[in-house]
Amino acid sequence: MAHVSELEASLRPPGMNMPPYPPKAITLASGEVMVVRQVERDEIPILLEAIYPLLWVERDFYDIVAARLFGELLAYKRYRVKDEYVLAGLIDGVLAGMVNGRLVDQKTGMSYHTLTIRRGLRVGSHLFAAKMEYHIEHCGQEEVLIVAESPIGFRRWMIEYPLEKRFEVQHELGGVPSWVLPRQTYYDAKARLVSGRRPVPEDLMRTAEKIVLPEQEMVVRQVAGEKEEKA
Amino acid sequence: MNPVYVAGAGMTNFGRSEWSLIKLASVASLSALHHANLGEIPIDAVVVANMGAARINHQTALGSALVDQLALYPAAAEAVENGPASGASAVKVGVQAIAAGMADAVLVTGVERMRVVNGLEGTDFVASLSHPEAEYIYGVTLPSLAGMFARLVMDRFGVERKHLAMVAIKNHENGTKNPYAHIQQTVTMEGILTAPEAIVNNPPIAEPLHLFDCCPVSDGAASIVLVSEAIAERLRCPKIRVAGIGQATDTHAVHEREDPTDLKAVRLASQAAFSMAGIGPSDVDVVELHDAFTILEIAESEAAGFFPRGEGHLALERGETRLDGRLPINPSGGLKAKGHPVGATGVAHLVELTWQLRGEATGRQIEDASVGYACNFGGFGNNVVATVLRREA
Repeated sequence: MAHVSELEASLRPPGMNMPPYPPKAITLASGEVMVVRQVERDEIPILLEAIYPLLWVERDFYDIVAARLFGELLAYKRYRVKDEYVLAGLIDGVLAGMVNGRLVDQKTGMSYHTLTIRRGLRVGSHLFAAKMEYHIEHCGQEEVLIVAESPIGFRRWMIEYPLEKRFEVQHELGGVPSWVLPRQTYYDAKARLVSGRRPVPEDLMRTAEKIVLPEQEMVVRQVAGEKEEKA
Repeated sequence: MNPVYVAGAGMTNFGRSEWSLIKLASVASLSALHHANLGEIPIDAVVVANMGAARINHQTALGSALVDQLALYPAAAEAVENGPASGASAVKVGVQAIAAGMADAVLVTGVERMRVVNGLEGTDFVASLSHPEAEYIYGVTLPSLAGMFARLVMDRFGVERKHLAMVAIKNHENGTKNPYAHIQQTVTMEGILTAPEAIVNNPPIAEPLHLFDCCPVSDGAASIVLVSEAIAERLRCPKIRVAGIGQATDTHAVHEREDPTDLKAVRLASQAAFSMAGIGPSDVDVVELHDAFTILEIAESEAAGFFPRGEGHLALERGETRLDGRLPINPSGGLKAKGHPVGATGVAHLVELTWQLRGEATGRQIEDASVGYACNFGGFGNNVVATVLRREA
């Protein structure tokens, strides 16, 4: 790390030693293989570039998710958030989606966002599961606090796992009453919802070294749902 | 009985739409009217097919609404609700009007806007077609009926999950060639069945049916313009004749059937349609089936007479139902990939067949197709309408 002044150091939240997320490979319904790996700080600008056009997409609350995620990623890049991590899903290097969250303390995780760019292949489900896997299995936490900002998220997390209510806790995302994934619920759901193979073969891992932005046309069609009307 | 022809066909994109119900219906109708190029020829009647607008869109009397929206007064107007067979039933009403000499030009439009409610409400709305005392009150849904049906068919005829996956793979592939299709994404056997991740990609819905065995919930509309022979002659367009149309019913509760794996209503409706057309299943070039669940494509392909009973999955395995096969089934992508806005589906079948018979199904055109067959499967097989279209020289 570069030299940090005393003032700058005082502005940064103190962090814990977070374990790395070991990358994994997931075969999607399309037969394509998605590599899920941790994103480094210096890669954040390209994620911001991917998120930026989504700030104005109202469909499925992409606007609010994109806006908040933009801030969270920026805070991570500029050391203004405690113990955040970011995972990305890459298909042939092309960004398919991303998730982030942070560690509140040794026992509790705080899930932030799941943003899917390549829709229709349960990419969001896979990435959210990877995020839970990181908190519970790799960081050894007891529980993860979660909220959903869209009905799709509610179905995927609250119903599918299923999550428990922890409404007395206000989640960091807007103070919404929290839901929680306890360790045991995670392991109960693991066979149904958590997948992927490790280690990722070297040649496959090489395809995921550099994050490539998806084509804008695909983003518009998949995310905004703006198919051209034929009539 | 006077001959009846399809002069024009059109549809909206299927998928999730922000448009109102009546806008969907109007856009599909205008597309079909434009395709028919009627000029000054008036529309005598409008028939709208829909299943759930009264319940989920809080709108009734759709025939009158569409006439008003398109300023087609003083055309006669009515709406047809016949569950998932509403579309082809509405076509039948239009055909009867022209065949009886009561009309010369009829606009038939099917429409549904289902994505305004959540999945649970949508599933419950469709389940309202089941027997209220014998099925619905016990929590029976369409996926659960299809799951039980699939289990019986698989046990009896050796159909395996790989065959169900083959239907999904084929129809998703076809859907990528149809710009109107709800889902334009290919899937693979590895991704939905054999890879370790397949259980996550393709979770169970109602065993043995999984996510990719079920059609999506869609919004959309489809429309055709039916005309008399005199008008068809004037229009000088390709003459696509409604050569046969048949309808049959079966017991409301599936368990009351002597053999629940026998889709008797499909068989009888198809026989009636073929008899009216004066042809048999072997004369058909292109088929649109009601694959709300993958198992139904296999079972309907047998009941309609295209393959011997218990051999539909073998024909599928041999590739006979692919776009380049001996008998392409669901070139549109089927309900599986094109989507299933319930009231629109039966009309959309005939839109696809019309385009195929006119040589206009760009990207998925079946070469020299001259006879098409469609099966609109209502209830869980308790009300079926089969239609045969034929191109005349």
